Amino acid sequence: MTSIGTGYDLANSIFSPDGRNFQVEYAVKAVENGGTSIGIRCKDGVVLAVEKVVASKLLKHGANKRIATVDRHLGVVYSGMVPDGRHFVDRARDEARAWRDTFKTPIPTADLASRLGGYMQAYTLYQSVRPFGITAIVGGFDSELDTPVDGEVGSGPKCGAGGKGEGKKHGGPFLYMIEPSGLYWGYYGAATGKGRQAAKAELEKLDLSGSGALSLEEAVKEAARIIYVAHDDNKDKEFELEMSWISGADGPTKGKHQEVPKALREEAERLAKKAIEKDLEGDDDEEEKKEGDKMEE
Amino acid sequence: MDHRPQAWGRPRDDVYGAYDASYLQNSGPKTVTQSPVVTGTSVIAIKFNEGVVIAADNLASYGSLARFTDVKRLRVFLDSSVVGFGGDVSDMQFLDRHLNELAIDEAYDAAEPTPETPTSPGTLNAANLHKYLQKLMYRRRNDFDPLWNQILVAGLDAASKPFLASVDLRGTAFTSPSLATGFGSALAQPIMRKYAATEEDAARLTREQAVDVVKECMKVLFYRDARSLDKYSIAVVTKAGVELKENEQLERQSWAFAERIKGYGTQTV
Repeated sequence: MTSIGTGYDLANSIFSPDGRNFQVEYAVKAVENGGTSIGIRCKDGVVLAVEKVVASKLLKHGANKRIATVDRHLGVVYSGMVPDGRHFVDRARDEARAWRDTFKTPIPTADLASRLGGYMQAYTLYQSVRPFGITAIVGGFDSELDTPVDGEVGSGPKCGAGGKGEGKKHGGPFLYMIEPSGLYWGYYGAATGKGRQAAKAELEKLDLSGSGALSLEEAVKEAARIIYVAHDDNKDKEFELEMSWISGADGPTKGKHQEVPKALREEAERLAKKAIEKDLEGDDDEEEKKEGDKMEE
Repeated sequence: MDHRPQAWGRPRDDVYGAYDASYLQNSGPKTVTQSPVVTGTSVIAIKFNEGVVIAADNLASYGSLARFTDVKRLRVFLDSSVVGFGGDVSDMQFLDRHLNELAIDEAYDAAEPTPETPTSPGTLNAANLHKYLQKLMYRRRNDFDPLWNQILVAGLDAASKPFLASVDLRGTAFTSPSLATGFGSALAQPIMRKYAATEEDAARLTREQAVDVVKECMKVLFYRDARSLDKYSIAVVTKAGVELKENEQLERQSWAFAERIKGYGTQTV
């Protein structure tokens, strides 16, 4: 960042001569200090997980949730400045509700991501505001069924909803990540926060798009493991693992965004810890070997 | 001719005489919401040892016309309570959407799902919901803009005991081992009281007995209530959740009694 200190980083909405908005880049820095969050989109659902850094031992265990429900079928998790994230979630809830008021139907995940992306981007445009210090991961499951309109009383025409193509897939799991610039893409696996590099490396190893794609329960276990891998025991503060999931109507959450049940979460954590220990032992062996080599020299 | 904008679109004074401005005043109370239009008839419900059975037919009448025959008047709230609506159907839709918003609010901070409550219902139980609806209805009454419904709320209270209560368009609320709205309060209530006159009686009823009583009452209502239908919805609420069946048909009807009815219409004997 050679252009730092040239005065172009003092205000939002001012480009530097080489076409950068420094305030947005600094917001990304704020995100990079936050606890890791990840999202996994698998064939039958979405998993969200976050490394909730324990700021104080005086805080109640399991309280102060970091993953938020936006509508029944939508969840949001974020890394970075928590108050910014809280406000962002409030906005997401307003958007989801406004959509229902207008269309009497749940907001599709893609439309929510679009509106939130627009909202985030608006905070890069004005002198009077600063960008959001968060990167948010939005997960949702758009219903694959013919769902009733909100407040509908009858069963409607027997032929079902219009615009449905024969043999065409409707609804399904969706995952988006929205950055402080307002940029958003749809992902198979998304990671942000302090441990994003390690987490992304792990996510890339998973088969999330192919035919042998991960099941939802496997994805929960992978998510737990990835959060544990991304966490650096030596450097980082203690953390709690928080996870939520969304399945289709025939899955375990019946199309709703819910916290992962305690039993499954604990099982996932146990497996994650085991996997980490195994990795560490492997590393130690290698190190010992190296030292051994040295001794011989 | 009067070209002032105030006179635009009005009959000409010089042709029709001065316009009677009393037609234009709107200082009186709003009356458009003070009568129902499309209506549902009775809702009936009875408690049993571990829950509540509630039923309503699938008809929405436009006056005496059987206008809509697939209207579902039992609504599930948070997978744990059922609300049955009698009265105006558009007001029911309004309330249904409102309760949907309320249910989403509950999902914002839903408790962790447990093996007992796998679907993680919110914190609002049927008793809370009934109290909320009672406040809502009473407030609307005070605004002279009532929601033209009589509502039954079936579910469980905070102690997981069966809960059944009613609230009407004035905000009047009460509870009883069995309840019925509309015509049902005259026709079904006496039958249900035979089986569950007191809370103790209701606590001895089994689920099968309660369902049978409710089905019998639906049949009587179809025989005697001219605004009713033989297709109905029935829901059973227990700790395990809500079982809702929306397209039931009245079975084993017998109209033999009709022969004995005399004294209506052009009949002379």
